[in-house]
Amino acid sequence: MTQVDSDKGATGAGGAEPGTEPGSRTAVEVALQRSYRQARAVSLVREAALLPVLVALIIVGALVSPVFFTVSNFSGIGLQASALGVTVVGESLILLIGGMDLSLEGTYGFAPMLAAWLVVPVAAFGSGADLNPHLGLLVLLLAGAFVGLVNGTAIVKGRMNGFIWTLGMTIVLAGLQNGIPKAQTLFALPRAFSYLGSAYWGQVPFSLVFTAVIFVGVGLFLRYHRGGRAIYAVGGNAEAARAAGINVDRVKISVYVAGGTLAALGGLMEAGRVSAVTGQQGYQEGVIFTVFAAAVIGGVSLLGGKGNMVGAATGVALLSIVQNILDLANVSSYWIEAIDGAVILVALMMTRVIGGKASQG
Amino acid sequence: MVEIQQQPALVGEVPVAEAIGIHKQFGSTLALRGVSLSLHAGRCLGLVGRNGAGKSTLVSIMSGIVGPDRGQVRFDGQRAPDLADVRAWRERISTVFQHSMVVPQLTVAENVFLNSQPGRSGFVDWKIMRAETDRVLAEWGFSDVAAGAPCATLTVEQRQLVEIARALAAGRRCLLLDEPTAALERAEIRRLFDRVRALVAAGVAVLYISHHLEEVFEVCDDVAVLRDGELVLAQATVGLSKDELVTAMVGPDVAAMTTTARARENGTDGPEHRDHGRPCLVVEHLSAVSARGAVRDVSLEVRHGERVGLAGLLGAGVATLARAVAGNQSWTSGRIEVEGVALVPRRPDKALKAGVGYVPEDRRAEGFVRVLSVGENSTMTIVDRLASRLGVLLPRLRNAAARPLADRLSIVSAGLSQPVGELSGGNQQKVTVARAVATAPKLVVAITPTRGVDVASKATLLEVLSSLARDQGTGVLLATDDLDDLVICDRVVVLRNGEIVAEFTDPPFEREALIGAIEGLLGDERATA
Repeated sequence: MTQVDSDKGATGAGGAEPGTEPGSRTAVEVALQRSYRQARAVSLVREAALLPVLVALIIVGALVSPVFFTVSNFSGIGLQASALGVTVVGESLILLIGGMDLSLEGTYGFAPMLAAWLVVPVAAFGSGADLNPHLGLLVLLLAGAFVGLVNGTAIVKGRMNGFIWTLGMTIVLAGLQNGIPKAQTLFALPRAFSYLGSAYWGQVPFSLVFTAVIFVGVGLFLRYHRGGRAIYAVGGNAEAARAAGINVDRVKISVYVAGGTLAALGGLMEAGRVSAVTGQQGYQEGVIFTVFAAAVIGGVSLLGGKGNMVGAATGVALLSIVQNILDLANVSSYWIEAIDGAVILVALMMTRVIGGKASQG
Repeated sequence: MVEIQQQPALVGEVPVAEAIGIHKQFGSTLALRGVSLSLHAGRCLGLVGRNGAGKSTLVSIMSGIVGPDRGQVRFDGQRAPDLADVRAWRERISTVFQHSMVVPQLTVAENVFLNSQPGRSGFVDWKIMRAETDRVLAEWGFSDVAAGAPCATLTVEQRQLVEIARALAAGRRCLLLDEPTAALERAEIRRLFDRVRALVAAGVAVLYISHHLEEVFEVCDDVAVLRDGELVLAQATVGLSKDELVTAMVGPDVAAMTTTARARENGTDGPEHRDHGRPCLVVEHLSAVSARGAVRDVSLEVRHGERVGLAGLLGAGVATLARAVAGNQSWTSGRIEVEGVALVPRRPDKALKAGVGYVPEDRRAEGFVRVLSVGENSTMTIVDRLASRLGVLLPRLRNAAARPLADRLSIVSAGLSQPVGELSGGNQQKVTVARAVATAPKLVVAITPTRGVDVASKATLLEVLSSLARDQGTGVLLATDDLDDLVICDRVVVLRNGEIVAEFTDPPFEREALIGAIEGLLGDERATA
């Protein structure tokens, strides 16, 4: 076999293969294309690697509790998943540029706390400023964007280590979150404030619709907008992007700003869902670990440049369903965290086994 | 049946290392199809082939990094150890890879003895390690590298010396050198050749992978040629002509094309734009400091349609000057104007806007984004033009823009949607060049555009650069240490120690005169050849 192969090549070198040489480049390309299409098909299977896991989970859920397969349960899952989902979009964008932001959980708690404190009456532990709730929403978004801007500027322009910087930032924000209302829980949120997290459109939570729009919008932006493509280029190879005329610093800082804003929105949803802003929301709940887990399970690379919104959404759905099943199964709250963590580890291993390098990058 | 018979003098002797009937499919590429070759004690086998021919895959398989799909590797007639048994592989064969495998945070000595540190029961004996490293470095003439220096402070070439020293210090009987001279300077290459010859004379088996055919003729006893994953030629270098070797590498038709392209470039169809072109690049009294070599008070002009070569050794300031013109390098004094627009240091986006197309020195670091497609990388510089006012960028429009670029540069890929990281080195470089010329630049700055690129790709790349000047009046600034690149130039400026020491204005340039100026053998007066 071997000998024959080599011999054929040698004859070709001598020009004794009439008819094959002129088209050899196209022949090579055709062969390349065929094997590449196969590789692509394999990679599509890999991208859908979490779907069977989701299906399996849904079956498990149905077996665990008759309540699982009801519309109200699913809309409950949707409600819970939304706050997480929007924050995961923010973190995914930051991961895509090769960054990392632990302070999204700080913003997730701090931004709604600041806004609610300005809005709710003194009796509900507000500041007494009695700000118009719509202005309050603006404050919330600006607070998220501002934290993102500070982070982005410090990390990109000031060359701070992103991990440590945002770790410090998240602790600062958590402190402010408790310090501003003197460690009280703010309630009596006005309707405009809680609408996003608590309203239903028929059986469908409004927050789910909103989150879906965010996922689709950001997904399309990443795929079809020059800004989105610049994010991939910067995350894939910042130097090459810079040499191609992309303003790398601006792209990075913008992404941190977007991440902070999305985390603030996520916090608003959570506040609306529980009709209060607590000191625990965000940092003390350890939200960021779930956020990271969802993004990474969904195939967003920690090294930057790789991942998409379909994957991130799958990751969010997976973790939310697991959480729901654990709740329905009445697992003792002492054990729930251990199981939650174990599920993350197993899901990660599964994406690694089924999806090859998908989650490692 | 053509008999492919290696090392006729040594038939019957058990090879130190051999690959037998190796097949390997790698991702989407059929890398190797039934390749057999053997390494014998006291002989140096040259392995050549175009980028993507399968050389690197064969090296990986023979080094025990990946396993073959079919076939086997043998050492001294014994089956190769299990892939997982890294130590057993390292005891049999040492490989110096094309891409740096030094750990920049560690010192030279630590890298030389990486995972084989001298000492007792796991404790490293630093004194012996440093002394041994010094001895090895001195023995091989790498005296400009200090054993205690952190590798991060070394230049690219010094890091490669460390890698070579690592293989040599291990004292293996079988050595694989994967394009060892790609980043070395002439004097060092000479030393390396001497050492390789000495090694071979001492009975070591060497597999020498190279793009430079001269090197193969100089140091190799035998040569094996890979083309499209198959072994197409294997014989002693004695009695083999360079033309035969080139033909084997690229196939008869491409070889003819290459020769024609060369002939045309060397021929009489001279640069029409040269005499009456306006300057598109003006560099005035530029001084810059850089690890790549300082530039001292350099003034230079490139006119429209003019192809100017910038030649010099590594560290002579050639790359620094070119990077400054592309906006990637800061400078301490002087000014750079492109089309009358003054450039700003460290602002490549401004240079791009002023009309500079840039082909960076290190394509892996700056040339492309591995995970993104051929189409997207090729058009990354013209997103402004392709995107709608709202910034929407349709893949259809992008591909329509990328298609002619890919055709013009003969980029061989499975399609515009294939990630560039999956392509061979030559095709990656073509993508880098496509990206630079996509903007229809007024000036193209290319740094060593053909380094590590096969013969046919080289011809294509040079022809594209040359035709830009000829057909579109683009100025070309070609910074290189490869004399072959200079055949397309109308004028060559030679830098030494950051200063212009010679200028050649009359092509074809004499090789000897160029080398003399570059190496500093001519004295410091301005030569006009």
